[in-house]
Amino acid sequence: MSSGSAVLPSAGRPPARRARVNWVPYALLLPGLLWLFVFFVVPMITLASQSLQEGDVDNGYTFTGNVAVYGQALQNYWPQLLRSIGYSATATVLALLLGYPLAYFIASRRGAWKNILLVLVIAPFFTSFLIRTLAWQTILADDYLPARFARAIHFTDLLQVLNLSENSSLLSSKFAVICGLTYNFLPFMILPLFTSLDRLDGRLLEAARDLYATPRETFRHITWPLSLPGVVAGTLLTFIPAAGDYINSKLLGNTQTVMIGQVIDAQFLRVLNYPLAAALSFVLLVLILSLVTAYVRRAGTEELV
Amino acid sequence: MAWVRRHLLTAAAMVTLFILLLPNVVVALFAFNKPNGRYNYQWVRFSTDAWANPCGTPGICDSLGLSLRIGVTASLVATLLGTMVAFALGRFRFRGRATTNLLIFMPMATPEVVMGSSLLTLFVAMGLSTGALAILIAHIMFCVSFVVVAVKARVASLDPRLEEAAADLGATPLATFIKVTLPLVAPGIAAGALLAFSLSFDDYIITNFNASPSSITFPMYVWGAAQRGTPVQINVVGTVMFVLSVGIVLTAQLISRSRTKKA
Repeated sequence: MSSGSAVLPSAGRPPARRARVNWVPYALLLPGLLWLFVFFVVPMITLASQSLQEGDVDNGYTFTGNVAVYGQALQNYWPQLLRSIGYSATATVLALLLGYPLAYFIASRRGAWKNILLVLVIAPFFTSFLIRTLAWQTILADDYLPARFARAIHFTDLLQVLNLSENSSLLSSKFAVICGLTYNFLPFMILPLFTSLDRLDGRLLEAARDLYATPRETFRHITWPLSLPGVVAGTLLTFIPAAGDYINSKLLGNTQTVMIGQVIDAQFLRVLNYPLAAALSFVLLVLILSLVTAYVRRAGTEELV
Repeated sequence: MAWVRRHLLTAAAMVTLFILLLPNVVVALFAFNKPNGRYNYQWVRFSTDAWANPCGTPGICDSLGLSLRIGVTASLVATLLGTMVAFALGRFRFRGRATTNLLIFMPMATPEVVMGSSLLTLFVAMGLSTGALAILIAHIMFCVSFVVVAVKARVASLDPRLEEAAADLGATPLATFIKVTLPLVAPGIAAGALLAFSLSFDDYIITNFNASPSSITFPMYVWGAAQRGTPVQINVVGTVMFVLSVGIVLTAQLISRSRTKKA
């Protein structure tokens, strides 16, 4: 057995190469990867195991392999699950539309301006996410300018027709939740876009101009394809956290905008139905991972980190 | 036509920048408000009361202190672990590279609510209690990946000839690392540490799953306040954090600019 396992890895390779194993990278990796294994990978296993247990918090849980909890979770909470995916997908598209021009603008600046604008993009991070989301409650409040203006130009009527708001105010609506998600994850969209646009070789754009390409053609055939890695990274960094977020839906939404994160939080921490909450959490993870894998395959990008 | 197009781009960029910064302006403005009720959502009149008494509401400064302690510790540990991983990835060819990349990428591709709840199930399964230590463990976990990404970019862009030159001039590997490699990678490490601190300081969702009633972080305090009434002091803290951090980042940039000019 021992001789077999010693022969197998080197089969078809010169044995001399195995002698030169460098241990330095493994020593460098060990503490960090061990931390991630114990506190990220193992919890995924305990999460899956928790979902298949029965019992209650006071008397403890026993593993029964109760798969029915997944059926129950999907049956009761599919609207919240679908809503979370829909809201975060919409917010991702909006963030791309808003973020691309700014990323392009910053990448085309020179010297100090570029750095100052980049600092302004990450500056919102320095004030707590929650405080800034609360600020939107003020900004969108009924008697302030944005809401009044929206009513004056019948934007609020349009929102009601589109079923994005239930009354003539901007706050406590689907519209507010999607705006909040878009705003909160916008820097995650802009930074990767900036990185790939900044690397863009200006000579390619000049060449396109020399060959009489219109600006639209230059964008379609050069700028956009070369910025795709940034688009993929930015959309993932926006979509994934937005799908699990429930701060925006709680602070800016109403009872009709409850997202899946809010359900998981309530089931874990207030209802104390651990198996159901764990099942929902696991479903969310699998759903997002499969969407992300399909998307990355389609976009054909491998190097994300 | 080109003029219109160029200015259309500028206008679109400015709209996005306006949306990004508007909440910060509102937060700062309402730090000078004197609200009538418990909620600080309506402008009433100018006042500096909250600035004179920043710890004026019970619990706010305790929560701030806890968040700062957790943030500093988490960013130090995550920066150390992450930098080591980044050097391994940026410098060495080894088996298991793809697995390492995947393990680093996964925490960034997992919604916070899943990470927070799964960690809670780990602590429940092990019979461990939640609280400040659990929060610290969680924060280090999700910060490591971001540090790796920040430092790896810097390590990969290093000019290997600089280290070879040091070695040719008789520097030991350790001296080369301390005098040549580390100073060159330092901006990446600093960026990673700053990012880790702000992620930790700002986290609500993961923290909430692993907290206990005696470990209320600042974001948890703000969340509670949003249900009970928002004291103006929250805006004061938000504004001070904003001004301090932007100041630190701009000063760091000025220093590095003047250094590159000298060189």
